[in-house]
Amino acid sequence: MSGYAVLKGASYTLAHTPDMVLHNGTTQTTERIVNPESDYLKELPQHLRSYEDALSYLPNQVYIGNNTPDDLAAMEFPYHDKKVEGKRDGRFGEIMPQNEFIGLLQICDVFDVVKLEKGFAQETAKKLAAHPLIGAERAAVLDKNEDDEAEIKRLVDEESAEPLYDGGRLVGAVKRAHDIDVNLSAHVMLENLVTKSSSVLSLMYLVKTTGIDPGEIEYVIDCCEEACGDMNQRGGGNFAKAAAEIAGLTGASGSDVRGFCAGPAHALVDAASLVQAGTFKAVAVTAGGCTAKLGMNGKDHVKKGLPALEDCIAGFSVLIVANDKESPQIRTDIIGRHTVGTGSSPQAVIESLVTDPLDKAGLKITDIDKYSPEMQNADITKPAGAGNVPEANYKMIAALGVKRGEIERKQLIEFVQGHGLTGWAPTQGHIPSGVPYLGFARDDIMSGKINRAMIIGKGSLFLGRMTNLFDGISFVIDGNSGAAEEAGAGVSEQRIRELIGEAMEEFAKNLMAE
Amino acid sequence: MDLENQKRVLEYYEQYGKDDLVILLGAAEGEAAGLAAETVTLGDPTYAGPLAGVSLGLEVYHICEPEVKAEVDEAVYDEQISMMEMVLDVDDIINEMNMIREQL
Repeated sequence: MSGYAVLKGASYTLAHTPDMVLHNGTTQTTERIVNPESDYLKELPQHLRSYEDALSYLPNQVYIGNNTPDDLAAMEFPYHDKKVEGKRDGRFGEIMPQNEFIGLLQICDVFDVVKLEKGFAQETAKKLAAHPLIGAERAAVLDKNEDDEAEIKRLVDEESAEPLYDGGRLVGAVKRAHDIDVNLSAHVMLENLVTKSSSVLSLMYLVKTTGIDPGEIEYVIDCCEEACGDMNQRGGGNFAKAAAEIAGLTGASGSDVRGFCAGPAHALVDAASLVQAGTFKAVAVTAGGCTAKLGMNGKDHVKKGLPALEDCIAGFSVLIVANDKESPQIRTDIIGRHTVGTGSSPQAVIESLVTDPLDKAGLKITDIDKYSPEMQNADITKPAGAGNVPEANYKMIAALGVKRGEIERKQLIEFVQGHGLTGWAPTQGHIPSGVPYLGFARDDIMSGKINRAMIIGKGSLFLGRMTNLFDGISFVIDGNSGAAEEAGAGVSEQRIRELIGEAMEEFAKNLMAE
Repeated sequence: MDLENQKRVLEYYEQYGKDDLVILLGAAEGEAAGLAAETVTLGDPTYAGPLAGVSLGLEVYHICEPEVKAEVDEAVYDEQISMMEMVLDVDDIINEMNMIREQL
């Protein structure tokens, strides 16, 4: 049995939040400042999708596990004009409607900054009480709401609260948590409560999908791209522990890991190392989504007559545990790193993340069956001029393979199809970065469909204006060698039985002959 | 084009002037390259950044265009660009770039 930590399971959730696209996405909030009378702002509401449309959108169904990346690959591009069976519940999580998500914001708010209109709160409390993972006890938090719409409007107009809308109706507000501190402004509090709530939802699904006793999770690492703190410690942090509290992980401590879009891959390497070292037996890596990126490419989508496809807050959680002899193992000995000295050309980046670690392990580019780099849904990125992001990554890996003589030039497209995946993840920064495949990768490795996958996280550090450097980290997951050894042991045991049987038969024959 | 980059281009323009400034693009798509080229020549087509309504008319090329490739040390080009050259639709990028330059 090897000492590698293993991938016990993953959960993926979406919350469909069309009103937040209008009021909280930075493309829209910026436009409202720069060009408040713009045609874009007037047209955008007509491009919002209904909850049912978001459910029947194949990339969303792939995200929550009801369909596979192969199903998406089989669908003719684009996807937004086609419908599939729209289910709320999936194998990995769910797609929550906006009203329930707003209710969940209040459940996740322990400082009484979320205020909901009484009637809305009553209706929503009933729905959340009936939710299998939230339940009546948590939903009872909503019973405290006494405010009518006029009072909510007063909070927004006079006390700088951030409004919460559902179907265009004012149903609540998030108050500022401090009169002067911008880090605790209503805007930041809403942003942080949204990421916390979506992380909580994913953690609850992680417990459900893996069947782990929530008390057994010893450590939680949050890897989203938000920062919580106050004016004296702006990124003070610990979204992880805050989310663990609401998700009922009473035995967990935690901390936050940041690295822009590469955050999740960094956090998973940390988690695997902590488990492999024996520090903790079970670590959850989790992240919620961000309101800022809702409708980020909305201008292009509206201009091209498409629905506003960036209308969901995403979340995911991954459980890493000590070797269970069956789950795929995280190969902490095959790690790619973009270092300070690597350089920023795409070639240097791909070498550092893909071929350098493979070379060290004596593997070729073609020895990795599936690569999971930036898994953005091309339906969103292509109309915005950003192309098909996963495909571009696969082409880069293949081109490097051609340069190294491991792949023939004419096999380039074949490699992209064979070793690639069709992107399905919402464009929420860290959300599409390598991790969306983990749920399927576990299935694919355990069923023997593939042997090895490489998860690649990449991050644009320069956005924070602290360095011009790029960043990235990658790791390989493969079949459990403990499982293989056991299978091997099973075969030899069978062989021993056969040998004994043969010997007995021989002995009996000899006896008969005598 | 990123608003911050537009600001930088404008600053360089003011510092060095039109004749001593060439904009070199690395965009991965023809459309994106064309938009960036349009921004530094005719002005920001999205009317969002500092170059909205500002026609700088700068010289602009994509790193994969033959004029630029000829200027770069072959070994450096091989190390830094050749992989991407294989990946990108270079003809499409050249077309887009030419289309913008023809409008000047």
